[in-house]
Amino acid sequence: MRMEDTICALSTPQGMGAIAMIRLSGPEAFKIFNQVFTPFRKDLSLKTAPGYSMLFGKITEGNKTVDEVMAGIFRNPHSYTGEDTIEISCHGSTYIQEQILKLLIAHGARLAEPGEYTMRAFANGKMDLSQAEAVADLIASESAASHRVALQQMRGGFSEEIKVLREELINFASLVELELDFAEEDVEFADRQQLQDLLEKIKKVLKRLIDSFATGNVIKNGVPVAIVGAPNAGKSTLLNTLLNEERAIVTEVAGTTRDAIEDEISLGGIKFRFIDTAGIRETEDVVESIGIRKTFEKIEQSQVVLYLFNVESLVTLSGVEGQDFSEVIKNEINQLKAKTQGKTLLIVANKMDLVDIHSVESSLANLDADLLRISALEKTGIEELIQCLTAEVNLEALNSNQTIVTNARHYDALNKAFSDIQKVEEGLENQISGDFLAMDIREALKHLGSIIGEVETDRDILGNIFGKFCIGK
Amino acid sequence: MYSEEYDVIVVGGGHAGCEAAAAAANLGSRTLLVTMNLQTIGQMSCNPAMGGVAKGQIVREIDALGGMSGIITDKTMIQFRMLNRSKGPAMWSPRAQSDRMRFAEEWRLTLERIPILDFYQDMVTGLIVDKNRVLGVRTSLGSEIKSKSVVLTNGTFLNGLIHIGEKQFGGGRAGERAAKGITEELVSLGFEAGRMKTGTPPRVDGRSLDYSKMEEQPGDEMPEKFSFSWETRPLEKQRSCHITYTSAEVHDVLRKGFDRSPMFNGQIQSTGPRYCPSIEDKINRFADKDRHQIFVEPEGWNTVEVYVNGFSTSLPDEIQSKALRMVPGFENVKIFRPGYAIEYDYFPPTQLKYTLETKLVEGLYFAGQINGTTGYEEAACQGLMAGINAHNKVHGRSEFVLEREEAYIGVLIDDLITKGTEEPYRMFTSRAEFRILLRQDNADVRLTPRAYELGLAKEDQIKRLEQKVNKVTELEKWLSHESVEPEILNPLLEAKSTSPLKQKVKLNTVLARPQIELVDLMEYQPLANYILDQGLGREEWEQVEIKEKYQGYIEKERENAKKLTRLEDLSIPEDFDYTKLKSLSYEAREKLSKVRPVTIKQAKRISGVSPSDISVLLVYMGR
Repeated sequence: MRMEDTICALSTPQGMGAIAMIRLSGPEAFKIFNQVFTPFRKDLSLKTAPGYSMLFGKITEGNKTVDEVMAGIFRNPHSYTGEDTIEISCHGSTYIQEQILKLLIAHGARLAEPGEYTMRAFANGKMDLSQAEAVADLIASESAASHRVALQQMRGGFSEEIKVLREELINFASLVELELDFAEEDVEFADRQQLQDLLEKIKKVLKRLIDSFATGNVIKNGVPVAIVGAPNAGKSTLLNTLLNEERAIVTEVAGTTRDAIEDEISLGGIKFRFIDTAGIRETEDVVESIGIRKTFEKIEQSQVVLYLFNVESLVTLSGVEGQDFSEVIKNEINQLKAKTQGKTLLIVANKMDLVDIHSVESSLANLDADLLRISALEKTGIEELIQCLTAEVNLEALNSNQTIVTNARHYDALNKAFSDIQKVEEGLENQISGDFLAMDIREALKHLGSIIGEVETDRDILGNIFGKFCIGK
Repeated sequence: MYSEEYDVIVVGGGHAGCEAAAAAANLGSRTLLVTMNLQTIGQMSCNPAMGGVAKGQIVREIDALGGMSGIITDKTMIQFRMLNRSKGPAMWSPRAQSDRMRFAEEWRLTLERIPILDFYQDMVTGLIVDKNRVLGVRTSLGSEIKSKSVVLTNGTFLNGLIHIGEKQFGGGRAGERAAKGITEELVSLGFEAGRMKTGTPPRVDGRSLDYSKMEEQPGDEMPEKFSFSWETRPLEKQRSCHITYTSAEVHDVLRKGFDRSPMFNGQIQSTGPRYCPSIEDKINRFADKDRHQIFVEPEGWNTVEVYVNGFSTSLPDEIQSKALRMVPGFENVKIFRPGYAIEYDYFPPTQLKYTLETKLVEGLYFAGQINGTTGYEEAACQGLMAGINAHNKVHGRSEFVLEREEAYIGVLIDDLITKGTEEPYRMFTSRAEFRILLRQDNADVRLTPRAYELGLAKEDQIKRLEQKVNKVTELEKWLSHESVEPEILNPLLEAKSTSPLKQKVKLNTVLARPQIELVDLMEYQPLANYILDQGLGREEWEQVEIKEKYQGYIEKERENAKKLTRLEDLSIPEDFDYTKLKSLSYEAREKLSKVRPVTIKQAKRISGVSPSDISVLLVYMGR
């Protein structure tokens, strides 16, 4: 509730929608947004845009465009919160929402606490009591709901693990405080190595929790899988087979699937978001080539890329203009390999039911890749494909009841705690006095406490000292 | 009495009572100090020492505010040590051994010098209260003394019950009567009362000890002092303390008496402080420790009486004696006074306002152990604050409240009235979230201007502060302008194993290095000359040193403190009805109704009040 901070949050419901709205509010709102946003019209600028106007432009990270957005301009005090506010309407994919929020945070905003916009609005006199009362009920119901959500998120005892971690840290703080408040006592002080070890241990747990956010995100939002392949490779048929129902349009005309369509399919208890793309085949068709550019954008956003090709084409298209068509496929595979560093690339040969296996064997060998052979229509090889997909998710972590972080606020707090701990570590290395170490430890404890709602640090530390050490003359 | 009606009546003459009476009277209130025994004003009931970690800072704050504890300690100390010197400057903590009899005498004489302060020896047995407003006190001799305000500083005297082994008897201190009547009256007025316990070790005959078997603990080579004023000087000679240890054999003897210990046979039910445990408690709770430290502290310059710090006990006196005789150096010990435990009434301090005035009765103030605290310093600062606020209220002036980021005193009072306390409350530095700012060295900078505004700090006090600040600023400026050649400083830097200079630098950048102290740089003649010419003392150049070395941390802490902003300072109306806020958790509604926080900031610190409760509260509050 520090009003000097500029805060941001998703204001539309969590999850995918056609569009989403992110609100950025606070004294630095314009400064922060200016660093990531460029209006398309050269004659307009964020600086001069009047309140209650809208700007159309792009949000970029470096020279990469994140999204094209509409920015609603509200100038202090004429906004919901009474502060400078920008309402960013972006495309609705959770990926884009996350990217934009991350970008704003990287430029100095922080995630808003629940109810913080309303609190600011109230503090700035933007609401009278009756209005505020109405919102208060809303906040109350929201926090009750978010409490339930939090409970659901505490798989494998998330709060329990944070509690244990916080206790470790309090233990550390106690050892530091012991030297400060009880220098006169006949107790053994922790040697620096012991403190160092304890820090390492704490860091390891924090790191694992932070890393688990990726898994957590998958649980919540699904694994993004881009299906890439030439027109008529059978992408839609495959999707339908996976979906087990005919949802996408399947025709025999190549290039029907022009827009990226997302389909959420649950496989082996894990949610996958299949993003159908237009493929990457070079083309003269203008519409198609726009599709290709989009394909690469989608690949960028995916965790898994599923390259699908029509085995039949190895037979039917080879020899045309004297080429070996497996070279074309190979070329595409190599292009994808280059674009999918750090991602999983599955290469799938479809329509195996339509060819004589012997006639394509040498062409397939020429591709020099691990292949999955399927027939989407005849539903052969689908099991293996599903296995490859589910292997993507760290099921071990899920099944062994390891803690998984799914909440962005928790993720934020854990990251902050981690960087505080790093500062403590630096301090320890530089042999600074415990009272300065304690400053960063306190911050870390505060951040962990904010996750589980425990904030009383001093009492805990002292209680710990009195419990463990014989203090007192 | 002597006045028709007093402005302030202070009940009790301990550390809290003395500071309260001095503050109120020095500010100009017609004040009466009523105590059961005028012989025991300013008694050190427990160990003969002032200060220590966090407590020393409090004494410095009292002094900066115009209280007397610092000056009295300086005038009567027999040893001085600055604890935690090896830590950061916020941890440096002055501690003094005092001459117990001189300390009490000095308090008495100091109070006698205030013309507007009257004294009366009698036991206050009740209050005159009308329509929730205090009008005076009633005494055991039947007098009714009228006043506009009353400060109760009863210490351990309210229904005090002393335990030594299976023997128990009423008393407020060994050899002194307990005070009856006040608790009962306050309860009938609607106050909630509780019971606490504390203890004290035996005092022994120093002539019966063999110091050759103990370690000597001398005072600092360069002793400092508590008071910022010119009135006192650092010690020139000091007395040493000694350290010895208990052993497994000592513990065996003590353990054999456990069935006769009031601590273990159920005779004492109330809570004692965990950080000041009795020796039987230490043995019981930390059974794996085969020895405990004992500090042998002289009680004064001339007396042979010695205080056995670390051996607080309520075991039967013959067991105390038998066990002590097994301690190295104590083989022939003669006990002067056995240790004992004492139980007494206190009033949970959540019943107080920030001014230490009770919420229930207007004009009635509590200070010291009656609020569940322990320690001379904790008591003294409460007395000071209660005395100031009683005076201000009577004279229609505004409340005097210190913030948590302003003073340990602010932390103490805020903790007490916001969280209450389940065991005797003692100050620790870790209780202060902004302790980097709350240093002993800057207590005057933090508080003397406020005391001056109040009228408690005198002209010379503020003048002295201004001079100090000017000298410090000038030296800082000088250091940041003075360039020094590498060849001049490099031999020194190498000797201190820090990297040599490559080019000319300003002197202050060298001082910022952790390995280099200003004293080291005095080898550089122009600096030595400057310090000599300007008449700079240690107090001033230490300030510069702290600023140069720790500026980063101090600034960061100041930023953190500043972040408690507008929103948190929003005040909550006194009669705010929490019960109508159905969206608050049940616990929050109950706690908030009980504590009645003054600001959002305070509400946040109440345990059981969650961040979402605060959001709801904020939204509901009218501005």
